[in-house]
Amino acid sequence: MKTELFRTCPESGLQFHKPAEMLTRAHAVLAVVMLLIGGVSALMVVLTRWPAVHLLPADRFYQLLTFHGVNMLIFWLIFFEIAVMYFCSSTLLRCRLATPKIAWVGFGLMVTGAVVNNLAVFGGQASVMMTSYVPMPADPNFYLGMILFAVGALVGCFVFLGTLVVAKDEKTYEGSIPLVTFGALTACIIAVFTIAMGAVILIPTYMWSMGWISHIDAAMYRLIWWAFGHSSQQINVAAHVAVWYAIAAIVFGAKPLSEKVSRTAFVLYICFLQLAAAHHLLVDPGLSSTWKIFNTSYAMYLAVLASMIHGLTVPGSIEVAQRAKGYTKGMFEWLRKAPWGNPVFSGMFISLIGFGFIGGISGVVMGTEQINIIIHNTIYVPGHFHATVVIGTTLAFMSLTYFLIPVLFRRQVILPGLAKWQPYIFGLSMMVFTLVMMGAGTLGVERRHWDMAFTDSVLGFDYPASAYTLMGLVGISGTLAIIGGGIFVMITVVSIFFGKRVESESPWGTATTRLMKAEPTVIPEGGHEAAGKFGFAAPGTFAMAILFLAIFVVYYALNWKYLSSVWPIS
Amino acid sequence: MTSIQPPAETIWWKQPLDRVEGTWIAIALVWCLIMFVMMPVWHVYGKQNLSNEAYRTTAAAYLAKTQAMVDQYTVRTMTEQNIPVVKPPPGSDVYLLGRLWQWWPILELEKGQTYRLHISSMDWQHGFSLQPQNINLQILPGYEMVITITPDTSGEQTIICNEYCGIGHHNMVGKIFVTEGGS
Repeated sequence: MKTELFRTCPESGLQFHKPAEMLTRAHAVLAVVMLLIGGVSALMVVLTRWPAVHLLPADRFYQLLTFHGVNMLIFWLIFFEIAVMYFCSSTLLRCRLATPKIAWVGFGLMVTGAVVNNLAVFGGQASVMMTSYVPMPADPNFYLGMILFAVGALVGCFVFLGTLVVAKDEKTYEGSIPLVTFGALTACIIAVFTIAMGAVILIPTYMWSMGWISHIDAAMYRLIWWAFGHSSQQINVAAHVAVWYAIAAIVFGAKPLSEKVSRTAFVLYICFLQLAAAHHLLVDPGLSSTWKIFNTSYAMYLAVLASMIHGLTVPGSIEVAQRAKGYTKGMFEWLRKAPWGNPVFSGMFISLIGFGFIGGISGVVMGTEQINIIIHNTIYVPGHFHATVVIGTTLAFMSLTYFLIPVLFRRQVILPGLAKWQPYIFGLSMMVFTLVMMGAGTLGVERRHWDMAFTDSVLGFDYPASAYTLMGLVGISGTLAIIGGGIFVMITVVSIFFGKRVESESPWGTATTRLMKAEPTVIPEGGHEAAGKFGFAAPGTFAMAILFLAIFVVYYALNWKYLSSVWPIS
Repeated sequence: MTSIQPPAETIWWKQPLDRVEGTWIAIALVWCLIMFVMMPVWHVYGKQNLSNEAYRTTAAAYLAKTQAMVDQYTVRTMTEQNIPVVKPPPGSDVYLLGRLWQWWPILELEKGQTYRLHISSMDWQHGFSLQPQNINLQILPGYEMVITITPDTSGEQTIICNEYCGIGHHNMVGKIFVTEGGS
């Protein structure tokens, strides 16, 4: 091992392999560029759906909505996830990255794919939404760009896997890989499956768009496309749960409540999460109820169980770590005394709450076979997935970025005062945004729709005034969230390129210090249970989990009640 | 050892569960099973379930069936485009088609009566969204979906397209009128 290829971060004790460091930086920077252009298009889209503003003409709206979907859901997230994978393998295992040159080829393919796809959308002949449902045709380059990007991402996945082999082979760690790396491995396995499904459907669709294949069945397309489209969101879930564990470890020195439970929950993701592609097909013709029930429930909700476990064990591990530090008063002193001014923590915690309480509950409810009848393709659906992918994944990645700026990019975060508020501005307005979208969806407002007033239609339809009020709130909260996202992009870009170089302490130096140094775990007299209450090591977290369950049960029951009020169908 | 380091105990899978995790897993698993069972239970006791009935079809074949119904049961036309308003007898097979950018024809049904509603698309994918009832279905070209519906409220219902289908998507609107009937 050539030691000059490594540097040790003086502050965190993390060890960086230089080629891995450059690759991680490159992927993270491209991710933020994608977030920026996705965010600009988001502003145009939300200002059009705000009925009082109605900014764009119809063709431009559908074009920019396509652009927004692809750049955010695919490009921003996957660029960042590859960065996370390189960090979790090479950096956390203190080993060299396998085949950096091939990794750069993968990066090049991803960039090329993103550019080719975006140019096709800008050309105006590919306003087909991210889903590009056949037989609506798009410019062949739309599919080609996606394919190139996917191949690049696949290369990244295999470099990650190769790095795990290198670490094992060169014995850079003892025993099992860390839990966070295990989470990244889960994301990687799901990603390989996802990309394979993408190839199965996008390559024939590309050939169809070139005229080499005459017909693609619409139902078959949906079945396989969603095995790609939904699974790609499952990469996000696995990755951001890994990031939650990482941040709990970074900020609090938290250790998993038990390795066994957290790792088993990740394995449940690998086994069952992909079945959720069926969520999108619940009101499709040609699929049986048995098929729908088994798949939409991820085989008896075993993947939901996994998320409910992570939702307990992540804050639970923080609580135990805090109680060990002496914050043992009452149920919630550990939480009150958490570093709420540190965006690495506050962003992560808002991400956890928003993902669970809003994204998780709404996702399970609308993924119920029959309840989907009153929700499918209404604006409730983007309401749900902005809670999972934006509050959940994007905010978790933003929080991690605040940690990576000093540690990976070795720059100080500029405007720390503003950075402190950014997760609150972004996360809280996003929470309002998702809730009012779901409200409007419950009133039947459609997604991917330019004109809720139906001004130019022959027959017309009037939504109730409350639907307009809710869509106005969508406009306001969406704009605020985009401002919050803009602050993040601005802080990140300026810090990385013009920030003061880190020599010693960063604004959140104390949070990251002594990260990798073996610190003896402080176990209070009588074990963790003694620091807790009622024989529970993490009573505050358990109380929050019970609150979560109560809301879940009530909201689930309410939706069945609502369903029972619509016309009988059989 | 924190979550970003290898586990301290190499035999970590033998570490016993603590109480908070064990209790929560048991509660969560029970809730998951309840949610799973709710779906089959609703198929038995609930009134809102989609049938599994669907057929492969072609645009031409489906259009012919719809046209036959329109020829037989049209009671009047609406708007400058003379869209037929069709009043099929209760209990009969009713055909509705989606195409760029229209739901065709307009239907008039009787409250409390049951109809076998067939829906298909002539071209791209469409979304059948009945408002303000809020019943939403995915409509695919090449597939004829059949559901049995019993309108139990009278008045005007609007069919909106809720699957993006090109530049005229937001103008794709149809109607179902439900009359009191019963006489």
